[in-house]
Amino acid sequence: MEFFRCLGAGTRASFTKLGRASFFLISILAGISSVLVRPRLLLKQLHSVGVLSFLIITISGLFVGMVLGLQGYYILSRFGAEETLGVMVAASLVRELGPVVAALLFAGRAGSALTAEIGLMKATEQLSGMEMMAIDPIKRIISPRFLAGFLSMPLLAALFSAVGIIGGQIVGSGLLGVDDGAYWSQMRANLDFQDDIINGVIKSIVFGFVTSWIALFEGYDAIPTAEGVSRATTRTVVNSAFSILGLDFILTALMFGDN
Amino acid sequence: MPHTHTQDTLVGLFVAAGIASLFFLGLQVSNLSSFSHGNTYEITANFSNSGGLKVKSAVSAAGVKIGSVKAITFDSKTFESVVKMDIDAQYKTLPDDVTASVYTAGLLGEQYVSLDGGGSDEYLKNGSKIEITNSALVLEKALGQFLFKSAEEKKATPVDDKKGRK
Amino acid sequence: MDNLNPTQNSLVSVHNLTFSRGEKKIFDDISLEFERGKITAIMGPSGTGKTTLLKIIGGQLCPEKGYVTVNGRNVHHLKRDELYTLRKRMGMLFQSGALLTDMTVFDNVAYPVREHTHLPESMVRSLVLMKLEAVGLRGARDLMPNELSGGMARRVALARAIALDPMMIMYDEPFTGQDPISMGALVHLIKSLNTTLGLTSIIVSHDVQETAAIADYIYVLAGGKVVGQGTPQEIQQSSSEWVQQFMNGTADGPVHFHYPAKEYMDDLLHSEKSFKPLFTRQRPPSDRNTKRKRYS
Repeated sequence: MEFFRCLGAGTRASFTKLGRASFFLISILAGISSVLVRPRLLLKQLHSVGVLSFLIITISGLFVGMVLGLQGYYILSRFGAEETLGVMVAASLVRELGPVVAALLFAGRAGSALTAEIGLMKATEQLSGMEMMAIDPIKRIISPRFLAGFLSMPLLAALFSAVGIIGGQIVGSGLLGVDDGAYWSQMRANLDFQDDIINGVIKSIVFGFVTSWIALFEGYDAIPTAEGVSRATTRTVVNSAFSILGLDFILTALMFGDN
Repeated sequence: MPHTHTQDTLVGLFVAAGIASLFFLGLQVSNLSSFSHGNTYEITANFSNSGGLKVKSAVSAAGVKIGSVKAITFDSKTFESVVKMDIDAQYKTLPDDVTASVYTAGLLGEQYVSLDGGGSDEYLKNGSKIEITNSALVLEKALGQFLFKSAEEKKATPVDDKKGRK
Repeated sequence: MDNLNPTQNSLVSVHNLTFSRGEKKIFDDISLEFERGKITAIMGPSGTGKTTLLKIIGGQLCPEKGYVTVNGRNVHHLKRDELYTLRKRMGMLFQSGALLTDMTVFDNVAYPVREHTHLPESMVRSLVLMKLEAVGLRGARDLMPNELSGGMARRVALARAIALDPMMIMYDEPFTGQDPISMGALVHLIKSLNTTLGLTSIIVSHDVQETAAIADYIYVLAGGKVVGQGTPQEIQQSSSEWVQQFMNGTADGPVHFHYPAKEYMDDLLHSEKSFKPLFTRQRPPSDRNTKRKRYS
C-alpha cells in the first residue's frame, strides 16, 4: 500500500513539475521577441554560453574524430575496406556523435553553469529584486540565455563534427596510410546533404532547445539555498543527458528509419 | 568600452567558426557540391530486375558519377522496374544507345547504375528512354543456378567415371 | 471595482489577510494600515513572515483570504501590466541588497532608469550620480557588487530603489548584520529620505532600538496575529507581556527559547537511532511547498 502511495505521490509531483516547466517554457518563448530588440543581452550570453564552450567542444571533437579514425581503420582494414574510413568517420560524427556528444558536453559545461547562475540569482533575491523593479526577469535574464543556448548548439555541433572529420583524416591518412583522396571522395559520394547534414543539424537544434530549457528551468525552480542549487545543477546534467539520449533514439528512428 | 569590443570579437569569431563548419560539412563532406538540383535532365530505363538499387544510388559512366537515381517504380503491365535518373546537365553528349546496367560496387558494396558503350550520333535528352538494359545480378539466383548446374554435372558424370578418369 | 475606497490617509492597507505555508499559518486574519508619508514598522521575531508580508504587498505572493490595496488598487486583482506599472512606483530594499552581480554600482542604479525610461545617457548619468550622492556612494560607482561591504551594498540598493522616485519603499531587515556605524548611517538615511522625498516607508525589522527611533507607527506580529500596535511610546508602555518580552529582549516569556519538543529527559534517555543535535531548528520551509526528494 505504501508503495502505491509513494508511486502516486511521485507521479503527481512529476506532473506538477512538468506543468510548471511548460508554463515556464511558454513565458520564455513569449520573452524572446523582447530579446531581439536588445541584441546586446543576447551577445553577452552567446559569449558565456557559446564562446566559452568553444574550446572544450573543439578539443573533444578532435579527439573523438581521431579515435574514430583509429578504431574504424582497425575494423575496416580487416575487410580491406579502409577506403571507406572517411564515410564511417563522417557519418557517425554528422549523424550521431556530433549532435549527441556536443550536447552532452554542452549540458555539462554551459547547462550546469546556467542552472547555478540562475539558482544563485534566485537565492540572492536578484530575480525578486528585478520583479519588484517592474522588470520581468524572464525577459531580461532567462530568454536571452535560452536563445543563446538554442543558437549556439547547432554551431557547436557542426564545429564538433567538422573538427572530428579533420581529426579522423589526420589519423587515417596521416598516420595509417589511407589514401587522402579516397577519404574525402568516398565521404562526399556517400553522405547526403539532406539526409545526413540537415538531419544532424535538426538533432542539435532539438538538443539545444531541450538542454537550455532544462538548465534554465532547474535553476529557476531551485530551492534557493546552497544545497538546493547544487541539487538543481546535478539534476540539470542528469536530466539533460537522459533527454538527449532518449530524444536521439526517437529522432534517429524518425529520420533514418526508412533507409 | 574595450570590454564589450573583445566580447563582440569573440562572439563574432565563434559564430563565424560555427557557420564555416556548417559550410565545410555541406560542401566538403556531403554531396551538396557535386550536384545542384536545378541543372539536371531526366532519363528512364526499364530493368527486368533492379535488385538493391535505391533512390539516390549513383549513376556513373566509365566509373565517374554523373547522376543519381530519382525514382524507382514498378510497371504492372510489363512486370518491369522503371528507374528514373537525374543526369547532371554538363554531361549532355551521352549517346542514346548506351547500355544501362545495375552493378554492385565491390562484393558487399552498394548497387549503382552504369552507362556503357553506345556510338550513336543522337544524344540522350530530357525524357529519353534507354532501350538496352542489363538487370542486376541477384546473388541467390546466381548461386542457385550454379548449384543446379554442378548437380546436373554430377549426375551426368557418374562416380565411377570420375574414379576412372583419375 | 478595484478602487476599494481606501481609508483616506492610507497608502497601503492590508485587510483580513490569511496566508499559510503548508500546514503552518503565517498570517491569520490580520489587518494593517500604512499611512502616507509616514514610516511604519512591522516588528516581530524571526520566522513570523515579515518578509512574506512585503512580498504579498508587492504582489509576488497571493494571499489565501483577504486583500491588499496599494494607492487604492487591489494588488492581486491587477493585470500583469498594471501590476508592473504599480511596481515602478514601489521601491523595495532586499535584505541582501539583491544587486545584479554582473554590473557595476553605476549600472545597477541606472538599470531601472534605462529599462523604464528613454532618457538620454547624459541624463541617466546625472540622475544616477544624484541618487548615489544621496546615499553617499558617488565615489564607489565603478566598483562591482562583490567589492562592496554589506552596508555599502544595501545603500547602493537603496539608491537603486529610489532611482525612479517611487511613492513608497519597503525595507526588508535593513539593519540586520550591520556594524554600529553603518547602522547609524542607514537609520539617518531612511529618516531623511522619508522627509525630503515625502516617501511612505514600510520597515520590516527586529532591531528594536533603531526601528523605534525612526518609526512613526509600529505593528508587532507574532504567531500570525498582530499582538501590539501604536506609536513607539505606546508600544514601549504596552501592557502586553508578549510585546514587553520582545521590546526588552528577555530570553524566556510567552515566546519560548526552545523549539517545541518532547521532554528533555525523555529525549536524552530514549535516544533515537539516528543522532540529531538537540538545538537545531527544523529546516526552514522552502520557497515552494514541494517536498524535497532525494535525487541522484
